[in-house]
Amino acid sequence: MRPLRSGLESRLEKLCFNLRRMRVFRHPVEPFACRRYGMLTRNAFIAPMATSIHIAAPPGVTLTRSADTLTLHLSGEWSMRHKGAATARTLSSLDAPPKPRRIEFESSDLGEWDTSLLTFFERVLDHCRTRGIEVDRSGLPPGVQRLLELAEAVPEKKDARAAAARESFLTRIGNATIEALRSFDEFLDFFGRVTIAFWRLLRGKARFRTSDLMIEIQDCGANALGIVTLISYLVGIILAFMGAVQLQQFGAQIYVADLVSIGVTRDMGAMMTAIIMAGRTGAAFAAALGTMKVTQEIDALATMGISPLEFLVLPRVLALVLMMPLLCLYSDFVAILGGTTIGVGMLGINFTVFVHEAAYATTMTNVLGGLFKGTVYGALIAIAGCLRGFQCGDSSSAVGDAATQSVVMSVVLIVCACGLFAVIFNILGI
Amino acid sequence: MSIELRNIRKTFGDFVALDNINLRVATGELLALLGLSGSGKTTLLRIIAGLETPDAGEVLFHGADATTRSVRDRNVGFVFQHYALFKHMTVFDNVAFGLRVKPRVERPVEAEIARRVHKLLTLVQLDFLADRYPSQLSGGQRQRVALARTLAVEPKVLLLDEPFGALDAKVRQELRRWLKRLHEEIKITSVFVTHDQEEALELANRVVVMNNGRIEQIGTPEEVYHRPATAFVHNFLGNVNLFHGRIENGKVYLGDTAVDVDRAHASASGNGKAVLALRPHLIEIITRPNGKPSFPATVISVNPAGPQVKVELVAEWGDAVQVDVGHERFDELAIAPGARVFLRPKEEKLFVYQI
Repeated sequence: MRPLRSGLESRLEKLCFNLRRMRVFRHPVEPFACRRYGMLTRNAFIAPMATSIHIAAPPGVTLTRSADTLTLHLSGEWSMRHKGAATARTLSSLDAPPKPRRIEFESSDLGEWDTSLLTFFERVLDHCRTRGIEVDRSGLPPGVQRLLELAEAVPEKKDARAAAARESFLTRIGNATIEALRSFDEFLDFFGRVTIAFWRLLRGKARFRTSDLMIEIQDCGANALGIVTLISYLVGIILAFMGAVQLQQFGAQIYVADLVSIGVTRDMGAMMTAIIMAGRTGAAFAAALGTMKVTQEIDALATMGISPLEFLVLPRVLALVLMMPLLCLYSDFVAILGGTTIGVGMLGINFTVFVHEAAYATTMTNVLGGLFKGTVYGALIAIAGCLRGFQCGDSSSAVGDAATQSVVMSVVLIVCACGLFAVIFNILGI
Repeated sequence: MSIELRNIRKTFGDFVALDNINLRVATGELLALLGLSGSGKTTLLRIIAGLETPDAGEVLFHGADATTRSVRDRNVGFVFQHYALFKHMTVFDNVAFGLRVKPRVERPVEAEIARRVHKLLTLVQLDFLADRYPSQLSGGQRQRVALARTLAVEPKVLLLDEPFGALDAKVRQELRRWLKRLHEEIKITSVFVTHDQEEALELANRVVVMNNGRIEQIGTPEEVYHRPATAFVHNFLGNVNLFHGRIENGKVYLGDTAVDVDRAHASASGNGKAVLALRPHLIEIITRPNGKPSFPATVISVNPAGPQVKVELVAEWGDAVQVDVGHERFDELAIAPGARVFLRPKEEKLFVYQI
C-alpha cells in the first residue's frame, strides 16, 4: 500500500523523470547538498553512464567585468571528479574590488554537468545574497534554473542542522522553576488521592490483595536489612571517628558515646535509612508501576473495575510506612554498635562504660522523634516512587527515567522534610 | 448495549487527536475503527472505555450520558494490543482475577469462579493451559487468555485495541476467523481498532475509516471498498494508483488525454484540480492505442511472483504506476523493462476526487 503522495512529491517525481529523460544526470546522483535536496535522494537515479569515451575539459569560470556587472562564463565539463577549485576562486574574485552590483551567467560553452555545478551555484548565490549582489539567472541552463527553483521551494530541514541554539540562562531558570512547581503540584495531587484511598481503607472499602501487601512488606522490610546494616554500621563508625578526633584533644572521649547515640537516634538513623530506601525501594516501585503502565496492565485493572490507586499504590505505601520505623530502630541500634566499635577498639573505652554512657544519653523523645521522621520519609518515598511510576511514558526507556526521577524526587523531599523537622522540633523545644 | 458519541473532541497540547467525532454503535454490532497510526482511533477507543476524557462532546451508553462515568462503572471489557496479562499469575488466576477482586457482596464463591473460568477457557479453547504462566504461552494464546479475562467480568461492551497487531500474519488470520465466530456466539457490542484494512473488511459489520482525527467514511466493508467516499479511503483500502489531473468542462484531463467523467465515479464537479484513483488490477496494458483513452508509459520493472504479475511503470507525465496483470495476459504482452506500452483505465471503475 502506498501512502497518499503530496502534490509536491508528485511534482518532484515528474521533474526527476524529465531530468532522466534529458539525461541530465550522467552519474547516479550523489546525495548532493542533502540539506536542501534531501527529498531528491529518495529516488534512485539509475541513469545510464555515458558510454562514449571523450576527453573532458576541466570546469572553468572566466570572469568579465563591464561597468558594475560581472559576467561568469562557464565552460568545460562540471563533474564530481573535479574538486571545487573553481568555486573558491570565483568567490574570492566576487569580493575583489571593484565590487560588482550584479552578476550574470554565460553558459554556451558549458559541457556536461552534474551535482557539482549545482553546489557551485548554491554557494555563489548564497554569497551574493549575503552581500546584496543582484543575480541574473537567465543565462543558466534551463535544467539548472529549475533545480535551483525547486531547491528554494523546499524549506530547509530544520532538524538536519546541528542542535538548536541554546536557550538563554534566564529562560532555562524560568523553565526549570515552572517544571519544579508543576512537579510539586503533581505530588500534592497524588498525595491527596492517596489520602482518600487511605480513608477508604480505614472504612474498609479499599480493595487490594493482602498477599500483595505481604510481598511488599517482605521486600521493603526483611530484604532491606542487609544493606541497612552495612550502611548504618559505617555511619556509626564515621560519626564516632569524627567525634573522637576532636574530643580526644580535651580528654573527653567518653562523650563519643553521647554524640553517636544522640546523632543517630535523632536524625542520622532515619535519614540514612530513608536514603537507602529511596534508592532501593522507591526506585523499585517506580520501575514496577512504570512497567505495568507500559504493558497497559494499569489500564487493564481500571477497565476491570479496580482502582489502580487502591490496588497498586496502597499496599506499597502501607508496607513502607509500616516498615520504616522498624528499619529506623534497627538502624539506630546498628549505628550505635558501630560507634561502640570505635569507642572500644580505638579509644580504649571500656565496653560497659561506653554502653552505659550511650544508654544514658539516649532519650525516648529522641528515639520516638527519629522514628516519626522515618515514618514520614517512608510515606514520601513510597508516594514519590508510585507517582513517577504512574507518570511513566509509553516506552521501555521511560521506565528507567521514571526510576531515576523517583530517586531524585525522594531525596529532595527527604532533605526538605528533614530541614522542616529541624525547625519544628526546635520551636517545640524537643 | 448501544454506544453513541456526539461531537467528541480531544487535543493533546496543540495536537488535535479527535475533531468533532459523531458515531453510533448499534447493540450487538462488531465495528472496526480503521486508520493509520496517529489517526486518533485508539484515543477514540480509550474515550469510549473511559480511560481518557474528551475535551468536548458526549459519550452515551444505551442512551444515558456516560461522559463523566468512571472506567470502573462503565462495565466495558478492554483487550490490549500487548495483552496486559498479569505476568505473576497463572492463566487461571488471570481469568479469575476480575471475579476475585469484586466486593465481597458481589463476589461469587470460589467453586462458581472456577466453573466460570473453565467455561471461558473452553470458549477460547485454552482450558488445557490453565495452570501455565503467560510467559509460557505464544502470542496468539496470550491474546485469547486476555480476551477470556476481559469476558469474565461479563462486560456490556467489548473494546479491542489492535488485538492482533503484535501477532504474525498466519496466527492473525486464524484468530480473526475465531473472533468472528466468537462474536456470532456471544453477540456482545464490540468495537475494535486496527490499521490492517484486510482485518477490518473481513471481521467487521461496519467499518469507520479515520484520518487525522476525523471520520472519512462509515459504511459496511462492501461500501467502503467499492464506493470509497474520499481519495484517502480509496488509497487506504488496498493498493491504488493516484494521478493528479484537472477537470475541464466535464472531462478529466490526465496529461493531454481526456477521460469522460460521466462514466467514472466522480465526486467532482466544475473545473479545477482533481485526483484520479485506479486500482492496479483495473488498468489494462496494451501495446498500441486502440482509439479509447490511453496513456503512454514505460515499463520499469516486472515481478511475476504471486497470483498476478506486478508491473511497475512510469507514465509519460512522470507518475509511477503499478499495474497487476494476469499471468496469461502477461505472456501475451511479452513485455520487459524498458518497453514502451499504453495504459488504458477501465473507465467505469475510475474514481475522480476533486482537491
